[in-house]
Formats: sequence, structure tokens, C-alpha cells
Amino acid sequence: MAAALPDIDARPAGKPWPLQLKIGFAIVATIVVLSLLAPWIAPHPWDTISIRTRFRPPSATYWLGTDDYGRDVLSRLLMGGRLSLAMGLGATLVSVAIGVPVGLAAGYFRGWIDEVLMRAADILMAIPAIMLGLLVLAVTPPALWKTALAVGFVYIPPIARVTRAVTLGLASEEFVQAARARAESSAYILFAEILPNAWPPLIVEASLRVTYAILLGSALSFLGLGAQPPSSDWGLMISEARAFLDRAPWIALAPGLAMCLLVIGINLMGDGLRERLDPRLKSRLAKT
Amino acid sequence: MAGYTVRRLLLVLVVLAAVSLLVFAITAILPGNVAHLILGQFAPPDQLKALELKYGLNDPVLVQYWRWASRFVSGDFGTSILQSRPVAPLVAEALQRSLVLTLVSFVFIATIGITLGVIAALRHGRPLDHGISIATYLGIAVPEFFWAIVVIMVFAAWLGWLPASGYEPIATAGFAEWGKHIVAPVMTLVFGHLAHVSRLTRSSMIEVLQSPYVMAARAKGLPERVVVVRHALRNALLPSITVLALDIGRLMGGIVVIETVFAYPGLGRLLVFSIQSRDIPTLQASILAVAAIYALANLSADLLYAFLNPKIRYGRSIA
Repeated sequence: MAAALPDIDARPAGKPWPLQLKIGFAIVATIVVLSLLAPWIAPHPWDTISIRTRFRPPSATYWLGTDDYGRDVLSRLLMGGRLSLAMGLGATLVSVAIGVPVGLAAGYFRGWIDEVLMRAADILMAIPAIMLGLLVLAVTPPALWKTALAVGFVYIPPIARVTRAVTLGLASEEFVQAARARAESSAYILFAEILPNAWPPLIVEASLRVTYAILLGSALSFLGLGAQPPSSDWGLMISEARAFLDRAPWIALAPGLAMCLLVIGINLMGDGLRERLDPRLKSRLAKT
Repeated sequence: MAGYTVRRLLLVLVVLAAVSLLVFAITAILPGNVAHLILGQFAPPDQLKALELKYGLNDPVLVQYWRWASRFVSGDFGTSILQSRPVAPLVAEALQRSLVLTLVSFVFIATIGITLGVIAALRHGRPLDHGISIATYLGIAVPEFFWAIVVIMVFAAWLGWLPASGYEPIATAGFAEWGKHIVAPVMTLVFGHLAHVSRLTRSSMIEVLQSPYVMAARAKGLPERVVVVRHALRNALLPSITVLALDIGRLMGGIVVIETVFAYPGLGRLLVFSIQSRDIPTLQASILAVAAIYALANLSADLLYAFLNPKIRYGRSIA
């Protein structure tokens, strides 16, 4: 996965989309659109407590049933989708914003800068991701944006590594040497010459990171270190539904299955994108 | 090999030192120091001052770190704020339970994963192969806590075969009770970690099965079972063994969630508990314990790979 190739043609003209890319894209697009439209299409208010409608099983009025406070599970699910997606995207933006410059610097300057940055990355990767997240979140009262920050922090090293690998390949290309001969500044070469050519593999890597981020973020929410009640983050919804598994399993199943779908969709999309961007990777992927 | 081993061991020490710095730094910037935590929100200022003096909380941070780290190395992990007992036995007990959980799961991951990989390789491209891929993929793609919920729903709520959560010590409750309580978390952990081993075994088996020496063994007229197990599998296992060693590390990450869901009193639950209750000494010790096992598992993966792979064992240059 880390081996991204620098000479990838970003737009292989006219090639059809691989099947898994189509399926993955359809799944993800559906979830994203439904989540974005949540405030308008949700059939019921997501946070109105009503004792009389507690634990209603799925029916024509409540498609996915109601929870222990009598709130509509489908509406909560849709609203929660926004939170989970926002958290995943936010976290990935954080890791890209920090990881990409770090990787560019390490791959371009080499020498001690490379050594220091990559050893630091090694150390961060030597701690289980969830532990690192817990450690960061241990400091302050939990909130969703802090979870996003913590998750983003955790995934800086892998992004930095991929960027470094791509940069190493690009640094010896002629257009970089030409820029150097023109005495352009290092910052200009890194961000205006190398970075635009490094985007395709980085985008694939980042899109996969969104999945990991959503998974880790929901696990942290599940442990009570993410979104706080009454918000309806999927991890939190599953966590709250634990007490009612025997009498109202739908409360936990709905967000769980939604998360399965989203993760599978994003993974299919990532695999498809990789295959489309670089067919040579396919054989290597099959081996891992 | 010797030089490589020493270098890798040193890296583990560096990692642990770095983790300890990280842990200390984060707990040191906690709003409200240990004195506040012990005395509570409405502590009288003079008592606060006395306690701050006692714990040396007004010294420079580096001095505090040095004092903490040297106590830590000498085996004094401090006293749990919540339980007012020494942290060392608390963590040791939890660690022992977690290791049991991890090792039992590991045995199943290894045997089931390799078996599934071999079966998939032998049925390469057929429906059974695809079925195994999809099933193991689901295990790894979907968050563990969701599978935990499914296991509770099916085996505890619906079938009523297993307790939904909890733990019974083997010494007092006997093997059967202990076993009953450990089945559900083990099942969840195993399902969540099968994919790496089975996929790797599958691909290396497919490769090996096409190699000349397997063809030669078949041409000799050896029974298929002997060809598969003795000739092919032996050579295909090398990468699987490495990924299995890495799985021990992954399991250490997995137990945090799984132990919380199943109320299994291990290291992961202790860790979450100590974070929720701001029990800093326990938090520090349990994070370092997890990091140490994680680092050692990764170390043994590297060393095993180097040891088992003749190219590396006999080669002089290795990064």
C-alpha cells in the first residue's frame, strides 16, 4: 500500500470504471447524499423525546423503529451519518495537512531531516492507534472535534510515509532539476512542482484513510470519548443501544449495518481507484 | 543476525522511552494537577499546597519526569488514585487476564486462519475461495464493537447459550464457568483478525503450489495430502508466521474495545476506566504495559522473519 508510484497517469483517457469502483461509489454517494439531506428528509425530529413511543419495532411510521427515549432511529441514523462523515473527513484533512508537508520535506531534503521525521513517525506507529487516540483524548473533556483531531494526529505517520515515497521518486525528475537550476526556493519546488504531481496516489491513500478514521473515531465514540449524548454519532448510538439488545436489537443494528455499508463502500472505491490509476498495483495487492 | 537483534532491541527501548515521555507530557498538561484530583473540586488551598509540595508538583517538568521515570524503572508504579492500592499488582493482574484472552484468541486465529487460507488456495477462483475472502473481509472491515454486539445479540440474548458479559476466575468458579465467559470475546477477536493470516496464507500457497518442486512431488505420485501439507504448506508458512506475530500487537489494540464491551477485567478495560476516572498513575502504567507488549510483538515478528528466512539469516547486510 505504501508503494505509490510516481509515474502514474492521473487520467487514463476513456478507460471504463472497474466494477468495484462503480459499486463502491454508488454506496458511498448514497450514504453521503442521504446524510447531507438529513435535516430535510428525516421523517421525524431526531432529538424529540417521547415516552409513549419507546421501543417501537420497525413499522410503516418508524421504518427502523424507535429507541429507549422514543426517538426515531432512522432520523437519528441520518443525522449521525453527518457526524461520522464529518469526523472522518475532518480527521483525514488534519493528517493530510500535517503529514503531506512532513513527507515532502523528508523525501526532498533527505539527510538528517528525513532521519528525524521518519524515526518520529516510527515511534508514533509503534503505539496501537486506538491507544494513541485514547492518550490524546485523556487530557480534556470529550467532544467530537477533539476526537477528529486525535484521529487525524494518529494517521499523520502513514500519510507522511506515502508522501515521502512519492517525493523520493519525483525529486530526481527533470522538471524538479530544472526548477532547481532556475534557483527556485525549496518551498516553491515542494509545493508548486512536486506536490501537484504527487496528488493522485495521495488522494487514493487519503480516501482509504477516511475509512480508518471513521472506524477509529466510532470506536472512540463508542468508548465515550467522542460525540456526547444526545447527539447521534453511529458509534455512540451503538454504545447506547447495548443495554437494550435483548428487547430492541434494531437500535444497535441500524447504525451498525450503516457503518458496515459505508466502510465496505469506501474500501471498494479505494481498491477500484487504485486499480484504475495503476493496473500494475493489482497483482501486488492480491498478495497482501 | 546478532547485530540486527541488538539494533532492533535498542529501537524497542527508544520507543518505550518515547512513549513514556508522551504519556508523561500529556498527563502533565492535564488541567488541574494530581493534587486537585486527589482532593476534589472544593479542596482548601493550604491542603492543596501541602500535597503539591509532597508530590513535587511545582518542580520543573523535566525534573518531575526524571523522578517519575526512575521510580517507574525501579518497579514503583505509584498508587492508584481511584482504588488507593499500588498500581503494580493492579496492572499485573489485568495484564495476566488480557494475555490469556489474547493468547487463546491467537491460537484460534493461527489455526483457523491458516486452514482457511489453505482451503481457499486449493479452491482458487471457485465459489468457496470467494466465500472465504468475503467472510474474512467482513470480519476486518467492520468495527470490532459491532461484531461484539452481534455476538451478544445472537449467543446471549437470542440463543441464551453464553453470558452477555463478565468474568469468572478459573480458580474459584472452575473451568466451565471461566470458559463460558471467555468464548464471546474470543469469538469476536478471532473473527476480527482472521483476514490477514488467511489472505497471506492463501496467496503464498497459490504461488508455492505452482512451483516446480510441488510439480515434482506430484509427478512422483505422492498423495495430494502429503504434497499440500509437507511440501507446499511448509514453504508457504513463512510470511504467515510474520503476520501472525504482528497480530499479537493488533490484538493488544483490539482488547481495549472488546474488554469494555464484554466487561472483561483486563488491561484494556483498566485503561479506559483510568481515563474516564482520571486515574493518572494507573493510566500511565497500563499504557506503557500495552506499548511494551505491542513493541515486543513487532520485534518478534521482525526477528522471526529474519531467523526463518535463510536469505536474511546468512546475508550480512540488512537495514
